[in-house]
Amino acid sequence: MATVSPDDQFEAVERTLVELREAGAPRLAELKVELLGRKQGLLTQILRSLSTLEPEERRAVGQRANQLKVEIDAVIGQREQELRAGESSGEDVDPTMPGRRSWRGAIHPVTAVIDDVCEIFRELGFSRVTGPEVETDAYNFTKLNIPLDHPAADMHDTFYLSPGILLRTHTSPVQARTMEQHKPPIRIVVPGRVYRRDPFDASHAPVFSQIEGLAVDEGITFVEFKAALDYFAKHFFSADTEVRFRPSFFPFTEPSAEVDVQCQMCRGSGCATCHRTGFLEIMGAGMVHPAVLENCGIDPERYSGYAFGMGPERIAMLRYGIPDIRMLFQNDMRFLRQFVE
Amino acid sequence: MNASLNWLSALLGTELEPTDVAHKLAMLGAPVESIEPLHQDLGDIIVAEVERVERHPNADRLTLCYVNNGVEVVEVVCGAPNVEAGKRYPYAAVGTVLPGGLKLKSRKIRGVQSNGMLCSASELALGADQDGIMELDTDAPAGTRLLDVLPVSDFRLDVEVTPNRPDLLGHKGIARDLGALMRRPVKLPPIPGAAGDTNAPVTTTGNGVVGGVEVSIDDVEGCPRYMAAVIEGVTVGPSPDWLVARLHSVGQRSINNVVDATNYALLELNQPMHAFDRARLGGSKIIVRRGGEGEKIKMLDGEERTLDSSMTAICDAHTATAVGGIMGGRESEVSEQTTDVVLECAYFDPKRIRSTRAALKMSTDASYRFERGTDLQGMADALRRTVQLIITIAGGSEPGPPVDVYPNPVKTPAIFLRPERVAHLLGVEIPQKEIEGYLTSLGFSVGPKNGRLAVHVPGWRPDVVREEDLIEEIARLRGYDSFPTELRPLRPSTVPSDPSQAAEALARRVFTGLGLHEAQSVSFGPQREHAFSIGESVESQDVLNPLSAEEAYLRTDLIEGLRQSVNRNWAVRERDIRLFEIGSVFGKRGDAEVPREQRRLSGVISGARRPAHWSESGPSVDFDRWDVKSLLDEAMRVAGIAGEVTEQDGRWVLRDSEGTWLGWAGEITMSGPPWAAPVFGFEVVMRQGVSRAVRFEAIPSTPPVERDIALWLPAGVQVDQVNEIIGKRGGKLLESAQVFDEFRSAGKRSVAWRLVFRSPDRTLRDKDVDVVLNKVLKELKEQLGVERREA
Repeated sequence: MATVSPDDQFEAVERTLVELREAGAPRLAELKVELLGRKQGLLTQILRSLSTLEPEERRAVGQRANQLKVEIDAVIGQREQELRAGESSGEDVDPTMPGRRSWRGAIHPVTAVIDDVCEIFRELGFSRVTGPEVETDAYNFTKLNIPLDHPAADMHDTFYLSPGILLRTHTSPVQARTMEQHKPPIRIVVPGRVYRRDPFDASHAPVFSQIEGLAVDEGITFVEFKAALDYFAKHFFSADTEVRFRPSFFPFTEPSAEVDVQCQMCRGSGCATCHRTGFLEIMGAGMVHPAVLENCGIDPERYSGYAFGMGPERIAMLRYGIPDIRMLFQNDMRFLRQFVE
Repeated sequence: MNASLNWLSALLGTELEPTDVAHKLAMLGAPVESIEPLHQDLGDIIVAEVERVERHPNADRLTLCYVNNGVEVVEVVCGAPNVEAGKRYPYAAVGTVLPGGLKLKSRKIRGVQSNGMLCSASELALGADQDGIMELDTDAPAGTRLLDVLPVSDFRLDVEVTPNRPDLLGHKGIARDLGALMRRPVKLPPIPGAAGDTNAPVTTTGNGVVGGVEVSIDDVEGCPRYMAAVIEGVTVGPSPDWLVARLHSVGQRSINNVVDATNYALLELNQPMHAFDRARLGGSKIIVRRGGEGEKIKMLDGEERTLDSSMTAICDAHTATAVGGIMGGRESEVSEQTTDVVLECAYFDPKRIRSTRAALKMSTDASYRFERGTDLQGMADALRRTVQLIITIAGGSEPGPPVDVYPNPVKTPAIFLRPERVAHLLGVEIPQKEIEGYLTSLGFSVGPKNGRLAVHVPGWRPDVVREEDLIEEIARLRGYDSFPTELRPLRPSTVPSDPSQAAEALARRVFTGLGLHEAQSVSFGPQREHAFSIGESVESQDVLNPLSAEEAYLRTDLIEGLRQSVNRNWAVRERDIRLFEIGSVFGKRGDAEVPREQRRLSGVISGARRPAHWSESGPSVDFDRWDVKSLLDEAMRVAGIAGEVTEQDGRWVLRDSEGTWLGWAGEITMSGPPWAAPVFGFEVVMRQGVSRAVRFEAIPSTPPVERDIALWLPAGVQVDQVNEIIGKRGGKLLESAQVFDEFRSAGKRSVAWRLVFRSPDRTLRDKDVDVVLNKVLKELKEQLGVERREA
């Protein structure tokens, strides 16, 4: 038996390893036998020869051989995969075959709207806070200047859990909670879930979201109120979006306003979405009612402010052209997939 | 509130245009939901006179009419039995489009050319046919537009009235706001055919007796003011056309002249009125008192209702004849036999009306208005106008002046308006003259007083009670759009952002990155003693007034909503489902207690682990429990929770060191379609107020040494136990230990680890690693009976 030094044998293995990385399918099969064949495989021979070596050498050679074995297995596995994928050099590669994908997920369109809205108000110095979904009459109504024995309370069809304890009908209770705990200047946006006793239909849901906003400081005026919401609308929709303020009524603001933006579908020329008015109502707002400030321990002679509330579901429906609010709660993969960014 | 454009035009004395009015009202705070044209499609119909009627030569039941259309005489074939020479009928010429869209053509009927058509009421959408074609009771010459003869064409505006503005529930109130904007005065339109001055001041008597009827108030709190007029000798019958048309234009049905007159007053002046038949008032008395407990009354809608002392009853000497401010009773109803009428014009306390109509579960046009507040000061004018209207259209006369029982006249204090406060809130200096102009145009009386304005609020505006309310009126009339938009420097908020918002944003980033879609489910769920989220015991919080059985309880977990979403996706043949949700769940604490509310993160996965790719032949590999276990690890990380994960019923349950439930993960048993893959889910509690601090560690400059070891694990030994020993004995040099293989043979289990060793300051030699490894192996053997598996 010819004696070949282990170094030479290792060199042969490593040469073969180089060839292995580029080999086509038939050559790969041959090389596998050449390296690992049960009788004549180069590596097999090295391992078999171990017993003839001195202990010191045996250990070194054995370790090196084992490392090579691991590497060879890995290279063969990878090469076989590449060949299956048709990437062997010299063979006909169709570069138009699709690449390998991973699953992608998307945030919910309503979350996307909430994040965008809050981000714009963050630029105006608003922090993002939350509050409980279960509330009391006091926070949901009376502190907000909505007496329960006034028809204004009928604007909120309320789910009660027990007398005086209810599912909040708006995120406005967080106004009162915040004003009780913090001194002005206050600037907050409050996203969260709210509840109304409206059965599901194309435009109503018993559960939906709202974003409440509140700014209270010295010297806040109607002009600044309009400016902030105009800034929001122009950044959320587009810089040339026309914004319209109309008088309205909310018990917790005075003066109160509805804020309309130019219809995003027809750009103001009038269509079915905007009922031919060219405008879409996007939020209710106004200057904070002095009674609300008083109820929360803030002096209305010194401080003033504005508040607003909008429905992210409705805005998402406008933004994405979603015709039915129920789609937002069905979690249909065919729907959710469309919002992958 | 349905408003008639014609009515508003009459009040403002000018022709109004519907879309312009809608725009103006929107900018005044009362947007118009819809504009409905009423009979505007009759514009081409004209009044024609039939000059001669002949038998149709070829048909017994048809006639040939010679019709004067104002220009010429044309031949028209007519099938109506009531056509008569010398009478006037609506005529549609050839080419006219009839209501419903039919365009008239000239055609031969049984061999005779017919030029147009004489119309019946139903053909003009003006009601049911009487005897054939519609006979017109008019002297207007042939050729006159029908709409000039019949006042039926109008626009009906559906005005959205906010609950603070009861005055806009009457045409006069809407006209007043419009008039303030248009700088036009509002004047009540004359009553057609009325005799005398319709604006004469009212004289009333305070002695409480009119026409033999004695009026008294016991319940002054519920009814602070009660006026009554008596009209004797009325003839109850149909109303004149103009009144019927007015009522129709706002969608109301004509009943009889007396009732119609009270409805007219309600719609014009927002003052609900009630007419009693004097003959049916027992003892000729009206007593306003609290209802008796259990007192019964049969009301105008035919229903019997039971009163109590929280309600105001209008009674005669013996019994209740009406529920004050809600509805009259059957007993004293005006009928065709009625000759003498008692007309009630009262003010009822809004809160009382609100509780009464809630208790009786009925809302009427009257209660709706009283509940919002009627005009305490305008009652006499409303009563006078209604009396005049009744006398004009039903005859009769007043035996004496109306009574006015008003024990404690209300004097509303002035509101003081500071011009500088106006500028302070609105951000624009508005001249005092301009401010006065806006307020007076709305009917407020304004007088300067010590640099302020003393403003007296008219009775029809109960919503205006403080300075800011007046400032809104100024802004409203000046026009919100007239104010500039100017951002001013702002001071930073003292309120910190809620850390939960950042944590939830992180969770969304992580899970969308893992290929899951964010879901949102409703917050209601089925009742449960023990939630599906295994290991957690929770009682469902019930809803007192649910919409349906599906919404009778609040959800106790998020996984149930996601489970239902999986079913919905299967129903539309979606196999690959990956969803997560962040939301609040609720648990009942006790009756009349605020339930526990907790933020959660939950997810489900089912179907292919990766999108199929052509290079990987064979069936796709589906998610299994090990995928969801890693999602649980991710969820724990982003939720900021840690604890002990134990196995329970084939799932993993996470608890903190005190044993409090924090989450779970595992397979969800569901019966899906045959092609569906197994479903796996997880749910964890989101810890509030966690701030995740990432710290940099020096990047190692020395090389690692890797060792793969395969171990035989005796039955009952778990990987976590092995990990603990590896970690402990591995010491500082052990950088990581990862399981990378499991192998079972002849009932024995072998698990393989890849250990990575590294020293931060020197290159490790094999000898160094061997020392550590041997310590690990020795301890494993001693503690757990774990042996190394030789290659």
